[in-house]
Amino acid sequence: MRSLRCRHRKDRRALFRTRLLSPLSSLFFKTMTLARRIIPCLDIDAGRVVKGVRFVDIRDAGDPVEVARRYDEQGADEICFLDITASSDERNTIVAVVEAVADQVFIPLTVGGGVRGIDDARRLLNAGADKVSINTAAIIDPDIVSRLANRFGSQCIVVAVDAKMTAPDQWEIFTHGGRRATGLDAVQWCRRMADLGAGEILLTSMDKDGTRDGFDLALTRSVSDAVPIPVIASGGVGELEHLAQGVIDGGADAVLAASIFHFQDHRIVDAKRYMAARGIEVRL
Amino acid sequence: MPLGITVVDYGMGNLRSVARAVEHAAQGRARVEVSDRARAIGQADRIVLPGQGAMRDCMAELHARRLIDPIRECLGRKPVLGICMGLQVLFEFSEEDPDTEGFGYLKGDSVRLDPGIDASGSPVRKIPHIGWNRVRQARIGSGAGASAVHPLWRGIADDERFYFAHSYRVRPKDPDLVAGVCEYGGEFAAAVAAERLFAVQFHPEKSQRAGLALLTNFIDWTGEI
Repeated sequence: MRSLRCRHRKDRRALFRTRLLSPLSSLFFKTMTLARRIIPCLDIDAGRVVKGVRFVDIRDAGDPVEVARRYDEQGADEICFLDITASSDERNTIVAVVEAVADQVFIPLTVGGGVRGIDDARRLLNAGADKVSINTAAIIDPDIVSRLANRFGSQCIVVAVDAKMTAPDQWEIFTHGGRRATGLDAVQWCRRMADLGAGEILLTSMDKDGTRDGFDLALTRSVSDAVPIPVIASGGVGELEHLAQGVIDGGADAVLAASIFHFQDHRIVDAKRYMAARGIEVRL
Repeated sequence: MPLGITVVDYGMGNLRSVARAVEHAAQGRARVEVSDRARAIGQADRIVLPGQGAMRDCMAELHARRLIDPIRECLGRKPVLGICMGLQVLFEFSEEDPDTEGFGYLKGDSVRLDPGIDASGSPVRKIPHIGWNRVRQARIGSGAGASAVHPLWRGIADDERFYFAHSYRVRPKDPDLVAGVCEYGGEFAAAVAAERLFAVQFHPEKSQRAGLALLTNFIDWTGEI
């Protein structure tokens, strides 16, 4: 007892979590009726799906509507579109994509990439997006987050954060695909975004993105414990166990993945059954 | 003559998705119009009242477009479906903006969801409540005679999951109004039913099959229970 009392409060909390919460975690996931979400992510360039989606049974793997419908049928809880269109003349193609998908797919749609202000957000939301995700625009002007949340409600404002580890248990925000450092501490930044009215954090580890060896679980856990809003873990998923780890070890409320679903290594329903077998509440 | 369904446009929320989902559910049996005109609301056979954002902004837009009276005239007279803020505005006020009066058609208010607190002082639940959660259907009436569920639940499994995205919950004064219950740190009213009125906190237009089934039931509903 004495040694426990002498510990710093933060250490005590960590001790409490590891000693007491971990064994209880599977019980906790069962008593919570809200399902953890699985979110496939599609990169869109000039209105087309890129990064090679390979479904054997669809005619046009570049057609966002066809791909989104397939994910919907497989039980995706939500679909995320990331607009990577570089050319400014083709910027509006994402609006047409959202309209076409929203006409046929009746699950939530999140759209990010190039959202700079109220007008961009309004166009996407009116087209049928349920949430918009902003990244660089929030770094340039953090107050944009409170303006968006006041206008549309926190529940439709996602702040996307790209973080890289700079020291043990320390992560910095990067922009421009991980090339430009911002000097901002990732955990503090996420807390600030929540204070300004963000409804969710979409957290991508730039170290893990593309590696297929799992989420940065320490990063996910640090942010998830630090913010009062849901966290979507992203970057690094290569197998189903990674998705389960994101929830159980990372504390994520939702897990996002691209390639494992695109290449049909695994269907979303398989991912859900796997997570359910690990004691995670999912929508089956 | 197909049924005329008007989705009330007051500039708040994802109207296109609501309209497209209702159209999809109608399978050609209804004409769906998104409108902010009193006449379209007055003439419609069914009204859908969506909504998103803050209570203050929603009520301000409804006032600015002179839609309060046209909507009030529909309530109790023809089938109305409220969605999300379209549920909350029907009550007297919201804790979020205590100075803003809602329709006051239903007695009660809305309050922020409770995140709870664990032994280490951290919140237990994330707010907003975002994602797919179960809705338990309430039996109509009370006592031994209570058996049937509301016609809008027809063909939908009890405890089915619907998509939620909100930070506030309604607290109806009359517990008999509650038609569906969801659990998130305590139970809250996920659906409320009154005469010719059904209003939900979740988003049927984003709840895939279950949501479309509810919208189909609404289209088929004459307002009787």
